[in-house]
Amino acid sequence: MKKVYKMMDLDCANCAAKMEEAIGKLPGVKRASVSFVTQKLILEGEDEHFEEIVKQAVQICKKVEPDCKILIG
Amino acid sequence: MTRKQRRTLIRILVSFALLIVLYVVQDSIWLPFGIPFVAVSRISEEGKAAFSLVRWVPFLAVYLLIGWDVLWRAVRNIKNGQVFDENFLMSVATIGAFGCGEYQEGVAVMLFYQIGELFQSVAVGRSRRSIAALMDIRPDYANVEREGALVQTDPEEVAVGETIVVRPGERIPLDGVVLRGTSALDTAALTGESLPREVEEGQEVVSGCVNLSGVLYVQVTRPFEESTVSKILDLVENSAAKKARTEHFITRFARYYTPAVVFAALALAVLPPVCKLADGMLGLGLLPPLVSGEWLMWVRRALVFLVVSCPCALVISIPLSFFGGIGGASRQGILVKGGNYLEALAKVGVVVFDKTGTLTRGVFAVSSVCPEQGDERELLELAALAEGFSTHPISQSIRRACPSLPDSGRVSKAEEIPGHGIRAVIDGRQVLAGNEKLMKMGGIPVPDREYPEGTIIYLAVDGKYTGYILVADQVKPSAPQALDALRRAGVRKCVMLTGDSAPVGEAVGRTLGLDEVYAGLLPGDKVSLVEKLLTEKQPGEQLVYVGDGINDAPVLSRADVGVAMGALGSDAAIEAADIVLMDDDLTRLPVAVAIARKTLRIVRENIVFALGVKFFVLLLSAVGLANMWMAVFADVGVSVIAILNANRMLSAGRKRNF
Repeated sequence: MKKVYKMMDLDCANCAAKMEEAIGKLPGVKRASVSFVTQKLILEGEDEHFEEIVKQAVQICKKVEPDCKILIG
Repeated sequence: MTRKQRRTLIRILVSFALLIVLYVVQDSIWLPFGIPFVAVSRISEEGKAAFSLVRWVPFLAVYLLIGWDVLWRAVRNIKNGQVFDENFLMSVATIGAFGCGEYQEGVAVMLFYQIGELFQSVAVGRSRRSIAALMDIRPDYANVEREGALVQTDPEEVAVGETIVVRPGERIPLDGVVLRGTSALDTAALTGESLPREVEEGQEVVSGCVNLSGVLYVQVTRPFEESTVSKILDLVENSAAKKARTEHFITRFARYYTPAVVFAALALAVLPPVCKLADGMLGLGLLPPLVSGEWLMWVRRALVFLVVSCPCALVISIPLSFFGGIGGASRQGILVKGGNYLEALAKVGVVVFDKTGTLTRGVFAVSSVCPEQGDERELLELAALAEGFSTHPISQSIRRACPSLPDSGRVSKAEEIPGHGIRAVIDGRQVLAGNEKLMKMGGIPVPDREYPEGTIIYLAVDGKYTGYILVADQVKPSAPQALDALRRAGVRKCVMLTGDSAPVGEAVGRTLGLDEVYAGLLPGDKVSLVEKLLTEKQPGEQLVYVGDGINDAPVLSRADVGVAMGALGSDAAIEAADIVLMDDDLTRLPVAVAIARKTLRIVRENIVFALGVKFFVLLLSAVGLANMWMAVFADVGVSVIAILNANRMLSAGRKRNF
């Protein structure tokens, strides 16, 4: 499954790179890309774990840049 | 400006004003009626004692006003395990300055840092908006005919087969076929071509074009998710995922740079005094220099290091530049699927072209008319009459070449002899139009000629040879210009591959002045040839393959950069290529190269500038020549300049040519 999420207040390019790396390393993630310019997270991962992956990704985002939010839904 | 930015601005202004007050009124502040507010250990003239506030107290207040969010974020990030982030570094540096007794410096640096951050945030916001504007081809609504009434709805909710109405000035929301109406379409947002395209009943229209003149009734042929607009937007948005080598390099660099500089700062603060201490203990020194002012000097220099250690200027400007390049290119009708392809395209050394549909038009057309005697027009008319009933592509091309189609009533009899040509009776005369074999059959001698580049139609009237017409696939008018531009851009070798016979291929090669021509190839041969050419290229050089994307997907993916052209409405081409030229105008290729080069130049400028300034300031501060102000400029000031430089890339979308 592949989904695109909008990210709010992604203000730090280095943080975007950090998030991308951390999310990419989550189990079940095929591809993760955090674009600082478009403020979007493109997430591709296994269907059965997808919900869990998204939950983890939100956690990572909160950890790296607490002001930034992944908009879900 | 967003609300957040405005709030920061107000904080900056207030802090700045307070800082000036503190700076001007160094000794004491007296409230009206002789009430002392702040005085520094002084007694007033009448002998009243004034309370004195220690100098760091008001400065600390201003410091907290301007910097509380930085401090708070630093604490929060440490809790989250993100140690070396810029908030932490700034906090340590400014608190350090306070510790050294440089209150003004500490506050001013934090203030300056916030100003820089604000600038940066505004600049990034502006670039983001301009990039979004560049790609603003998404239609907002569609007018659908439902039960006789016109309903305005989201394009995503329109089903295939429904009829939509597009009024002048509106954007075509979905791909479809024109049922009724004629109009001119502005395709500039998709192809970069500013000349409007005429459409009429029965023609296909693609989403994203703007309807200029007439009302169009369009039957939808594809759902919105599969429409041209969605594909293009999807592709450009996904392009951020394919990062250029430079981008990877910078993120990797940032990972080591910050800790390295922080440890260097630590070493700078600790090592020299310790050395001195060791030296002192070995020699005379009984006084430990650690408590002397010298140690503070090294700490101060180390703090400057901390300020410079943030990698943000680099990390921020590089994706902006690449994305600016990709966005600008898309405005020119050039879709680039990733920064890595932009990077490769900038280093193009060999260009391999497919012949048909790329260098040539891929349709037959009359290229010369040569009568034995008499008028060219007469011969062409005769041929057109004879070929009048045939559906063969060559016959069609002859008919197309005839300016005014002659009266077909002049033809009293016509028969097609497969593999030979046509025998007809025109104006009562026996006319033969066909190849050499037909002439031989009629016993008519024809002059022996070599016309490699096309097909010859001989004509004979009443058993006598009257001339010939040459029909050939034509070189695109833009091809020589494009090749010329590519060579000027430093392309070393231009190669053509074709499945056509050698004489045809070589003739085109000669006309265009290509370096190498490989003819008579099967699709599989093209792959192995490109592989061979890949091994022959010079170091650092990239091989670009240009095709129409219809049956050369394997070759497109094998080359360093695969370029498909004429892709408007062709999904296969968009899918297979790395770079897509929406038009079939070959001159877009040198434009793409120019955009790629400009992007790379800006990226390189930013890297050299940012790193240069940072290392320079590091060097100066190590020897004690830089103060914290310079360090803050080296951090945020450089970021802002780099972002502004990256913004230059966006102008690529507005200019038509380079």
